[in-house]
Amino acid sequence: MLKTFKGGIHPPYNKDFTKHKPVETAKLPDRVIIPMSQHVGAPCDPIVKVGDTVKKGQKIGEAKAFVSAPVHASISGRVTAVEPRPHPGGGMVISVVIESDGKDEVFEGIKPPKSLGELTPDEIKNLIRESGIVGMGGAGFPTQVKLSPPPEKTIDTVIVNGAECEPYLTADHRLMVEKPYDVVLGLEAIMKATGVKKAYIAIEENKPDAIEAIKQVIKGKEGIEVAELATKYPQGGEKQLINAVTGREVPSGGLPMDVHVIVDNAGTCAAIAGALKTGMPLVERITTVTGTGIKEPKNLLIRIGTPFSEIIEQCGGFKGEAGKVIMGGPMMGLAQSAMDVPAVKGTSGILVLEKKDVALSEQLPCIRCARCVDACPIHLLPTTLGKLAEKGMWAEAEEYHALDCIECGCCAYVCPARIPLTQLIRLAKNHIIASKKK
Amino acid sequence: MEEFKFITTSSPHIHSGESVQKIMFNVAGALLLPTVAGIYFFGLRALLLVITTTLAAVLTEAAFQKLRGKPITVWDGSAVVTGILLALNLPPGLPLWMAVVGAAVAISLGKQVYGGLGMNPFNPALIGRVFLMISFPVQMTTWINPVDGTTGATPLQMMKMQGVSTDYTKLFLGNIGGSLGETSALMIILGGLYLLYKGYIEWRIPTFYLGTVAVLSVLLGRDPVFELLSGGLMLGAFFMATDMVTSPISRLGKMIFGLGAGIFTVIIRFYGGYPEGVSFSILLMNAFTPVINRYTVPRIYGEVKVR
Repeated sequence: MLKTFKGGIHPPYNKDFTKHKPVETAKLPDRVIIPMSQHVGAPCDPIVKVGDTVKKGQKIGEAKAFVSAPVHASISGRVTAVEPRPHPGGGMVISVVIESDGKDEVFEGIKPPKSLGELTPDEIKNLIRESGIVGMGGAGFPTQVKLSPPPEKTIDTVIVNGAECEPYLTADHRLMVEKPYDVVLGLEAIMKATGVKKAYIAIEENKPDAIEAIKQVIKGKEGIEVAELATKYPQGGEKQLINAVTGREVPSGGLPMDVHVIVDNAGTCAAIAGALKTGMPLVERITTVTGTGIKEPKNLLIRIGTPFSEIIEQCGGFKGEAGKVIMGGPMMGLAQSAMDVPAVKGTSGILVLEKKDVALSEQLPCIRCARCVDACPIHLLPTTLGKLAEKGMWAEAEEYHALDCIECGCCAYVCPARIPLTQLIRLAKNHIIASKKK
Repeated sequence: MEEFKFITTSSPHIHSGESVQKIMFNVAGALLLPTVAGIYFFGLRALLLVITTTLAAVLTEAAFQKLRGKPITVWDGSAVVTGILLALNLPPGLPLWMAVVGAAVAISLGKQVYGGLGMNPFNPALIGRVFLMISFPVQMTTWINPVDGTTGATPLQMMKMQGVSTDYTKLFLGNIGGSLGETSALMIILGGLYLLYKGYIEWRIPTFYLGTVAVLSVLLGRDPVFELLSGGLMLGAFFMATDMVTSPISRLGKMIFGLGAGIFTVIIRFYGGYPEGVSFSILLMNAFTPVINRYTVPRIYGEVKVR
């Protein structure tokens, strides 16, 4: 029996563009722009200045707060600017710009750590923190923070999120097919760091090759099994995933640790494995460059900080008239206004949709068809929330649980009247959160 | 690299392609099945009646919107659905000018005065029908027999007045007296199944509505098959109680709506002055819909029960 959750949608997955394409290593960028904030939490302080030479793997941003993650140079070269630059997540963020010297030299301090067997849990957590590893699924929560719950929160299960339920994206899929050992090694490190004996690697059944590859690796390993999931969006949403795999529900306003679970993305596990094997911090990732508006869709191994324009150029450039460039998938990704933004740790994909695919449609009145109610994986009433948001009735929206919305986009996707429900609920959330801060 | 002007709207960036228009025209298409049955049994005057109410509904909507200085939205198909539905609920021999009045009232008093599409609390076609029943009680209860065109009683009237039942096959196929589109259970069920299959109506309302009537009929010593197949129940259960705008949004709410409509229908049929109660039952439940919505908010994921 496939594991799943209640609600959700079945959008066209469009993964055929790239799902059989092996990961290619992108060419060394001439220039990288590395934002000091690529994670949830406090931004880093830059510890290099204009004119400094840096090498690959060298720390360039120091994380002082507990909830934060350091950033590292992804190429060797010279720092040419430390200034606010446009961030793909929106706004301007202090960034370190490095011009490549073309040598791609590795920083002298990078050495492989002890083997996983010899490392203590605290050493593992420290390695993860110092390697700048954050959630690679897009949210970017510092991984080491996740692995350090307060003592009263016991953890009994680790779930590796290999669902990759967003249409178009295949980065995690290819990773699990090509480097299943890394995913499992990273998971074993997490299990050792947290002392958890039970783990699931959760994969949607539309990736049978990934399921097979992972199963081969975990053969004979105690406590690790594959959880095969129904293909449905948002199967990889943290709350849906926990519910599908364990049957537990994260309490409203709570965190996975409240139901004794840690969820980490497959890409995050591989990043941990990278740090364990070579000591190299998180300076590169796989990103899926795809969509109807891309000439040659690819899965590319890119250096963090590579501008979108360079990545898109390596995939043959735009095809037809590009209407939207999105960081991430089509359901939750962020539309970009310019091409000079850099790929960051959470850039799981760069999706280009042709203008005809993203044409704006006229909005009609709600006909209360309740498609949004059936689709919502949190079981909210999106139509009611949308109406409350339109009227600015924030307190009432809160009563209808606006804050529990995970912004998965299902409601707006199914709405026949084309009401931007997700956006309206997001607006309500922002107002509610702002009023709480006052 | 060439610079483009990109669209930067918020997520999600893809859409199901579903539209209000698609839903409305699919419903209208499904309504053609009972319409064809009506034309088959009652002849050309039935066709004329459908065309009249549909045109009148669309024109009323356009005129109303023009008067109010609002954009004209008759292409969304909702007025077409109301027009066809109204005709299906009228005696096939009704004078056409009365049908025009009914359609005009349905759209104006039933829909546009509330603000148009999506805002009306009651099913507009039923508002039109009830208005006609009150205004023209004689013409609205003059039924013609499908075979010879003479006037006669509907199966429900015969049951109520004389205690005479009607043959199941006739009830199922539709060669009986009654409203234009309510007689052929077969065609209504086919249309309803099409809409269910396409996801344009929801199974809970018709199931609970028909189920309630069947169960109560058995409990009260009536013939459930006769009750299900006669009168406007099938048409109401599949095409009017399921109207999205005027029925609840939660799953539980839909069950309650169907249950309530079933109870009201049985009460009116068995104990009321009218032989048929489907229109009134659905309108009554329409009135309850906001309350039902209020009290059937689903338990959300992770909602902690109050201890």
